[in-house]
Amino acid sequence: MTAAAATALPRLGRRPNPGDRTLIILTATATLIILAMLVVVLGDVIVGGWGVLTWEFITAAPRDGMTKGGIFPAIFGTVALTLLMTIVAVPAGVATAVYLAEYAPPESRLARIVNVCIANLAGVPSIVFGLFGLGFFIATVGRGIDIAAFGGQPTYGKPSLIWAALTLAILTLPVVVVSTEEALRAVPRELRDGSLALGATKFQTITRVVLPQAVGGILTGGILAVSRGAGEVAPIMFTGAAYFLPYLPTHLNDQFMNLGYHVYVLATQSPDVDRTKPLLYGTVLVLLLLTFLLNIVAIAIRIRFRRRLSSAQ
Amino acid sequence: MTGSATSHSALTKARTAPTLVRQTRWVERAAEALVKLVSLVSVASVLLILIFVGKEALPILTSAEVHKELTPGALFTPYAGAGYMWQPVSEVPKYNVIPLFVGTLKVTLVALFVAVPLSVAAAVYVCEFAPRSLREYIKPAIELLAGIPSVVVGFFALIVLATWVQRIFGTEHRLNALVAGFGLAFAVCPVIFSVSEDALRAVPNSYRTAAVALGSTPSQTLLRVILPAAMPGIAAAVVLGFGRAIGETMIVVLASGNAALLDASLGHSTRTVTATIAQELGEVVVGSPHYHVLFALGALLFLSTLVVNVVGERIVFGMRRRLGSQ
Repeated sequence: MTAAAATALPRLGRRPNPGDRTLIILTATATLIILAMLVVVLGDVIVGGWGVLTWEFITAAPRDGMTKGGIFPAIFGTVALTLLMTIVAVPAGVATAVYLAEYAPPESRLARIVNVCIANLAGVPSIVFGLFGLGFFIATVGRGIDIAAFGGQPTYGKPSLIWAALTLAILTLPVVVVSTEEALRAVPRELRDGSLALGATKFQTITRVVLPQAVGGILTGGILAVSRGAGEVAPIMFTGAAYFLPYLPTHLNDQFMNLGYHVYVLATQSPDVDRTKPLLYGTVLVLLLLTFLLNIVAIAIRIRFRRRLSSAQ
Repeated sequence: MTGSATSHSALTKARTAPTLVRQTRWVERAAEALVKLVSLVSVASVLLILIFVGKEALPILTSAEVHKELTPGALFTPYAGAGYMWQPVSEVPKYNVIPLFVGTLKVTLVALFVAVPLSVAAAVYVCEFAPRSLREYIKPAIELLAGIPSVVVGFFALIVLATWVQRIFGTEHRLNALVAGFGLAFAVCPVIFSVSEDALRAVPNSYRTAAVALGSTPSQTLLRVILPAAMPGIAAAVVLGFGRAIGETMIVVLASGNAALLDASLGHSTRTVTATIAQELGEVVVGSPHYHVLFALGALLFLSTLVVNVVGERIVFGMRRRLGSQ
């Protein structure tokens, strides 16, 4: 159903009778409860973390067994991780979407298989990605590199930034593909026809006409992927995240600290939870701000983008 | 263009057009081959996950070395004197997975018990009753709820929800199946909401107008026409929510208490399959029976969510075709 048809839903009901009114109140209450979940989490984290959020907290390293100081290494590690992840996931996701929307013939068997795999990939539990990263990237690819190039010295066959980033790239691939494909399919066919009629080749049409039109969708997909990747913990626990590191990661095979993992560590491993609680709240707030701002930006872009397309049609 | 080509859909026309205006150059072919190749990454990923998680799980069934400490049957049968026990790092390691399965089930059922009525009702409200202006705020807000990292929800459950639950239900342990289940509901609600909302939206408008024209009240229209028509989609939403719940890790790790007790009490500390993998894989000796059991649990989780997702999508697909909408 198109967006236009959906907005034209007939308003149910004349004057509601008591039964109707009960139903409306009940369903509205349920909606409010779900919205309250959002408000309660946000409110608690903001109230608990606001006072902790100082310049020092954001720019200093943890001290005194992670009961004092800041979380700069975790912020740095999270940014490095998601950046690396994006470099892989966005081009791969966009190319997949271009194939599905532009090249694959209708009824294509391959396209159907790719679609099924994307859907399933999106449903795989994140902890399974962790197992996969360990079994494939570290134990197989990394070990292979070590044997081939480093005389068996564990160089890449251990938890590393690169393996965690690649694991996350596979996890976030469906986000990019779905968003980009939707945007590509929303580009009016007339634009393609016009471009082809002017003598452009198919590849020229895609790169100079179709993709620029779909840039909103690609951006949305990329941002959502970053937001998702920045918040995931389970896939990176065994593939590269570290409890504590006295240095920042500088090489692809270094381990790294991570905001989400830092929250997990402080919440479960710390012998003195009451002393780490303010730090914990501060870390959660930073993580939440990061993922939330990205999400809001992505949703805003998508709403604007959809509106423009529906007004063009 | 030949006569048969003109009878094809307009899409095919656009596709064959470039050959008319210009000879296909190598760049064209290379670009097409490249995107086709890259699109195979997703296929390869699913296969590699299957192969590499499966490969590390397989020794449970095949390796004589592993069988010295652990036979496949021992995973499901009680230990003499110890019963159904998961205790992989004791002097005599015990690998009974039943308590973990029961733990996952308990937490999942609590989450669904909370999330299903709330999410379906909210979807009904947004789709059928809410003024349009309100709808445009509610949907993105629920998307935002889905965007909260699960470790944050887990933290909130650990610090805040646990206290509330203990105050209200007087539970014996502070962290328990109830807290984990409530926390999980935060993550499951957006899933069930969005799939249910899609299902309600897929019910053709003619159903609504026909019901109203026959004199039905809004509640009659909803309960006797719209909900029955959307029921397969709502069932699919529940199935997909179930899949999300059994696979969720960080919320349950932080909120469930993680003691592998086998009982039916929701107020007791509990340990799920995902939490077990998350907590134990970091310290396990690579290649040990314990290591392989954890991969076997992961493989099982992977296969269950695969089945759940395929079933869910089948239902949605079948319903859409029957209702005749796209």
